[in-house]
Amino acid sequence: MNTTVVRLTARSMLGGRRVLLLAALALLIVVLAVLLRVFADIDQGEAAALLRAVSLGTLLPLFGLIVGTGAIGPEIDDGSIVYLLAKPMSRATIIHSKLVVAVAAMFTFAVVPTVLAALIMVGGSGSLAVALGAGAFAAGAVYSAVFLLLATILRQAVMLGLVYALVWESLVGSVVPGARVLSVQQWALSVAESIAAPGLLSADVALGVAVVLLVGAFAAATWYAGWRLARFTLTGPE
Amino acid sequence: MTQPPEQAPVGVIHNIGYRGYSGPRLGRQAVTRALFTHSLRGIFGLGRSGRSKVLPMGMFAIMCLPALVLAVVTVVGSNQGVITRPPLAYTSYAMVTQAVIAIFLAAQAPQAVSLDVRYATLPLYFSRPLERTDYVAAKYAALSTALFILLSVPIVIMYTGTLLAELPVAEYSSDALAALAGAVVYALVLAGLGLLIASVTARRGFGVAAIITVLALSYTLTSAMQGLFGHGQDNMTAAGWLGLLSPMTLVDGVQVWAFDAQSSTITGPPGTTGGIVFCLVTLAVIAGSYRLLLARYRRVRL
Repeated sequence: MNTTVVRLTARSMLGGRRVLLLAALALLIVVLAVLLRVFADIDQGEAAALLRAVSLGTLLPLFGLIVGTGAIGPEIDDGSIVYLLAKPMSRATIIHSKLVVAVAAMFTFAVVPTVLAALIMVGGSGSLAVALGAGAFAAGAVYSAVFLLLATILRQAVMLGLVYALVWESLVGSVVPGARVLSVQQWALSVAESIAAPGLLSADVALGVAVVLLVGAFAAATWYAGWRLARFTLTGPE
Repeated sequence: MTQPPEQAPVGVIHNIGYRGYSGPRLGRQAVTRALFTHSLRGIFGLGRSGRSKVLPMGMFAIMCLPALVLAVVTVVGSNQGVITRPPLAYTSYAMVTQAVIAIFLAAQAPQAVSLDVRYATLPLYFSRPLERTDYVAAKYAALSTALFILLSVPIVIMYTGTLLAELPVAEYSSDALAALAGAVVYALVLAGLGLLIASVTARRGFGVAAIITVLALSYTLTSAMQGLFGHGQDNMTAAGWLGLLSPMTLVDGVQVWAFDAQSSTITGPPGTTGGIVFCLVTLAVIAGSYRLLLARYRRVRL
């Protein structure tokens, strides 16, 4: 990890108006929770189902896509990555630094709002907030690493990531049950399920398998991204 | 008419033989029309590299595939007497395949406008007799047409299946017409929002992410809250009004009220007032995004 790379990445990802847009996205879910708390009388199960669909199902994959590809994609796209690659620094270090920024942004703008929304909706007593927080963090970290890897390998990382996040996780997962084993969302749900009160959340993957897959996917994606960046060839714009 | 080159003024230092153009000049309308066809072809990847064709053509194929399966199911099923009506209402098709539509829009709206800003082709366009309003109109028309093609071809396929199955023609013809009219509204609303978001950013990746976030997140939020209010709280009126909050459910509400379609969400707009409000909001979204696009290109930095 290199603090200069971290600073530069954070500035390009969060600088200017961009941080406001990300914050607005985070605020949206908190505002929703407040409105529901005030205008509707919802129980734990409904809150869990809502946050599962909105936060784990939609917000986290999309956010992972934005921060994961945003950490390195634009630099590769406009070619300014060469100035970074020319520095006497391990390519793996570059990936690690960028990943730190992506995971931190993920934590601040997606995981924390999810926990806040859960706390607002079910009150301070619930283990639901902790469970969803843990699940969201696990999913967020893996999404960031996987999409960072995609952006390192491919020009069309954003589109491919979208197809994965929208088509694979929701459509294929709901039609082909076997595909759910290969879904980050299900792994994270499994983690959340083990923490939350019984019956609130349900996952299709056993906890042991899920943890192994989460850690494995994170480590493998990070390592492979570093390996690919070390063998990176720069191509011109299409 | 300029002079033919043989009578060019003598005493010229260099004459490398360029000839002036003396044919008819086609003017604004022709430029707009050319920009429209060029953009429409570009959206489907025609006249671009093979790699640019993969995504739009792939999405188009994925869009048509379920319709084809449904059409075959209708024909075979009605021959065996197990099916008496099409398995899926034509008007619900867009809602069912909305992930595909969202990806198509997110990929192709920035392609239609962001690249012109990024690679500085806009000054070249505006140095022609093309006005800024023409540019916006051409791009809006091109993206709407592309979306309409994407939405209407599956409907036509399903309708053909119904015809071949010899189900009552009159009833399903009006259903198909309603679905096609709905497709026009979907196309206009989605194209307006997509272009508006894409025109603000010169970076393609960011535009893609922004469009998909707006569409997917607003739909998930809306349908989750509709389920919560409709089933959990037993408050169908509130659930109906919530449909205003996402583009997909908004247009679906218009279909339900104006074209008498079956609702694809848990409930349609509440009553006649709700229906009128849904239509007015839809018109406001279309007109508003067009006006904002015009404003954006009036002030665009070339």
